Amino acid sequence: MSDSIETKEMRAKNTPKAMKIDEHIVEIVSDSGEGAQKCGQSFAAISAKMGNGVWTVEIIPAEIQPPVRSRAGASGIRIRIGSKKITNSGNEADLVVALNEQVPYGRIDQKAYSEGTTMLLENKWATDASEDIRNKYAEALADFKSRGYNVVEIPMEVECLKIVKNARRGKNMWVLGMLCDIYNRSIEKGEAQIRNIFRKKSDAVINSNIELFHAGYKWAQENLDFQYDVPAMESDEEYVVMSGNEALALGVLASGMEVCSMYPITPATSASHLLADVLTRSGGLVHQAEDEIAAIGFAVGASYAGKTAVTITSGPGMALKTEFLGLATMAEIPLVVIDVQRGGPSTGLPTKVEQSDLLAVLYGQPGASPKIVLAASTIEECFHFVILARKLAESFRTPVYILSDANLATGQTPFPRPKIKKDWFAPPIDQSPWKADVKPYQWDSETGLSKRPIPGQPGGQHTVTGLAHDRNSSVSYVPDENQEASEMRSRKFAAFQKTLNPPTVNGVKQGDLLIVGWGSTLGAINEAVEMAQKEGIKVSSIHLRFMSPFQPGLKEIFQNFKNVMTVEINYSDNKDNPQFTESSRRFSQLSWLLRARTLVDVDCYSNVEGQPLTPGRVLGVIKNKLDIKN
Amino acid sequence: MYGLKPDVALDLPSKYYSLEDYNKGVAKWCPGCGDHAVLTNTQKLLREKQMDPAKTVFVSGIGCSSRFPHYMDTYGFHGLHGRAFPVACGVKFRRPDLDVFVITGDGDCCSIGAGAWVHAIRYNMDMTVMLLNNEIYGLTKKQVSPTSRLGTSSNTTPDGSVLPPIHPVQTTLGVSNVSFVAQTADWNPAHMYATLKAAYEHKGFAFVHILQRCPVFQLALVDEWTSNKEAMCYLENENGITVSEDIAKTFKSRLSHDPSDLSAARDLAMEDDIIYLGLFYQNKNAPCYDDYGASNLGFTIEQKEAVLNAEFDKYAI
Repeated sequence: MSDSIETKEMRAKNTPKAMKIDEHIVEIVSDSGEGAQKCGQSFAAISAKMGNGVWTVEIIPAEIQPPVRSRAGASGIRIRIGSKKITNSGNEADLVVALNEQVPYGRIDQKAYSEGTTMLLENKWATDASEDIRNKYAEALADFKSRGYNVVEIPMEVECLKIVKNARRGKNMWVLGMLCDIYNRSIEKGEAQIRNIFRKKSDAVINSNIELFHAGYKWAQENLDFQYDVPAMESDEEYVVMSGNEALALGVLASGMEVCSMYPITPATSASHLLADVLTRSGGLVHQAEDEIAAIGFAVGASYAGKTAVTITSGPGMALKTEFLGLATMAEIPLVVIDVQRGGPSTGLPTKVEQSDLLAVLYGQPGASPKIVLAASTIEECFHFVILARKLAESFRTPVYILSDANLATGQTPFPRPKIKKDWFAPPIDQSPWKADVKPYQWDSETGLSKRPIPGQPGGQHTVTGLAHDRNSSVSYVPDENQEASEMRSRKFAAFQKTLNPPTVNGVKQGDLLIVGWGSTLGAINEAVEMAQKEGIKVSSIHLRFMSPFQPGLKEIFQNFKNVMTVEINYSDNKDNPQFTESSRRFSQLSWLLRARTLVDVDCYSNVEGQPLTPGRVLGVIKNKLDIKN
Repeated sequence: MYGLKPDVALDLPSKYYSLEDYNKGVAKWCPGCGDHAVLTNTQKLLREKQMDPAKTVFVSGIGCSSRFPHYMDTYGFHGLHGRAFPVACGVKFRRPDLDVFVITGDGDCCSIGAGAWVHAIRYNMDMTVMLLNNEIYGLTKKQVSPTSRLGTSSNTTPDGSVLPPIHPVQTTLGVSNVSFVAQTADWNPAHMYATLKAAYEHKGFAFVHILQRCPVFQLALVDEWTSNKEAMCYLENENGITVSEDIAKTFKSRLSHDPSDLSAARDLAMEDDIIYLGLFYQNKNAPCYDDYGASNLGFTIEQKEAVLNAEFDKYAI
């Protein structure tokens, strides 16, 4: 089948050697529905399989069918590939494939490109029947050139029409072929990838897509005068590559939880898609409830009955679940709650990243409602934290929250294949007789911990209630009893904190500035801090995984730095704006918490642009904080 | 162990449960409240069926009647206002071995919990549901309920309520996959007992609408029905709810109604001036969501591990 295409070795003989690079950032942007994401994910998977470090982030318009050829409609994907492990989506793109000349503007608005970015632009619009479109194309082309992009006009449509009647379906695979030539990817791995993604389709569809892939590859080979080589990482370890939501789903499976009760909400839902498939085959089910409240109510019911359950949602769903979250705390019912954060408040930015549910999660319920909150900072942690969360929920008889975000949810990166342990999986429900002298809330006075009777355990009968209650679970409004019960529910988390280590400092343990982060910004912050350290700046960072309770030792770490600031993706007032005074300035969410917890004057940088933080932006923040001129 | 699946629970040696074994504490409802009669009848039903208290779960929401689980020596879940159904469905989903009862009131079910109510009917999970309807908010001191009759004077409607009431039987009969709808009254304990028994024996979402007064805020509510024997009509059928002939004779008005006839049931439920006691509708073949919930129980850790491994293979590079 690949007779007409040179192998990598042949090409090495026939053409000047490909330019060796450490890493590149590639984007594919198009109208919604043109398959840019499928193309980019395939390119990422092929690259990962060839041993490259990879990080992808999806570019998603908020609407399913946004207007075609528009800024708002920019849909696609960014893929950062490198010779080393890649931990974030990086700064400006090196190479962009654009299927029309308008969608790049959506990304230009987001500062995704810079002078020197190579833009491979579909040129069919230059000869479009509409004069308006022809004019717009010409204008944009001139503009792109004036911005210093290296624009290459490419007849994608014309080439695809040689193979298929409707180029809209299949152009993405032609582009994949083109990219695979440009980046010297293996044809065999490309073909295998196409066979995999179209495995549920007919042979005719698979063959047509493979033909398009070959055509794109061949066209690039014959027509482009540049090619890159990104050497592979050296590793003997086995890797898997998946998105954060897929990792969450497999984490649920690995935790042994059998019930995921959810209601569809962006960007959390895709976790439940995979779960619905794998749980059914492994002794579990996804329940799509009638609403967010019923979703958590159902999960609480299943948990109460001994099958610790998970509910997965995003900000607006969390808001609706609040009352049940309080009940789970009050009645001490184990539960795993996953919040894949998006932009807020209200419906906010459904498809964009924000880390703005932290305070709502911690303080969203009326009354004292202590809990465990974990924040995953990598896709790998999305997997492992679910297993941890189920165990903590049962051991500490509490809801455990996992915060993820849109950046982790749809991003993809390889991580070491987890080595499965039997004790990850929940054991069967305890149905042994309940000891007669043990009360349903037999709080240990030191740790606040108690063991719960599960329906079916003879002798354990009691009625749980969201009302104030005593050790027998009897409703009690007695002043001392409510005071004591509240202390016991709080004490559990003090006991839990004793099991945690202080966070690790990335860099030296004293200096001019400590950056504190949490969640998906880990890679960008680390990369920026390492760049700054190379420039001689005395900056270090810590990244928090436990948001409630915090890991111990924060104050002691902070005291060794002249400045401490958080870097987050949520709202804060800009300190440099004269409208905000010291008494009115609102801080970002983690900095509020750290200020209160440590009494250290923790500053913050944050924004709500809906974009993953770039290492370049964080480096600028570090320099600005320390008054270092570029 | 011995090839048993981990979800299989072994039966313990049987013991005879008396009424005392199901009772806990002293119910704190007002004297004369219909809730007492429902509690007594329910405890009798549990004894008659010799239900294992450890395998029985009463789920309620918030309101006077939702205190019910606290007075049962079984497992209980006194949860949130309007949210008894999702909790009960979650309990039942992976625990087919548990007998689940839902106790709800007119505000809890028909107002704040109306969304969950409609969907719970559709899920048709095997549980016995008692809606204790006194047409008023009692716990919060006399506010109009969605089942209050037009013109009901309350603290939030001092000049009388201005909207016609929701009829719970009508509404329930209107939802897809409805499988059991009956109506009874707190002043006819024998009929109530027979109704609860039939509801418990039905596999599916057995909805029992219980008419009662509130002795504090709706004292005269049922006087019309109890004084005018013509206004109460006993639904008779060999497939319906049967009571002894002595009890049946106390009804002046009797009507033969085939409970498999949904259309006739809906017509009866639409009648405003007559109260029918008995079985409106039953469909023993409606699909039950708990059958789906229990469809893949008992996987071993090794089986789950194998699926996880196969998934990792798919994502391996």
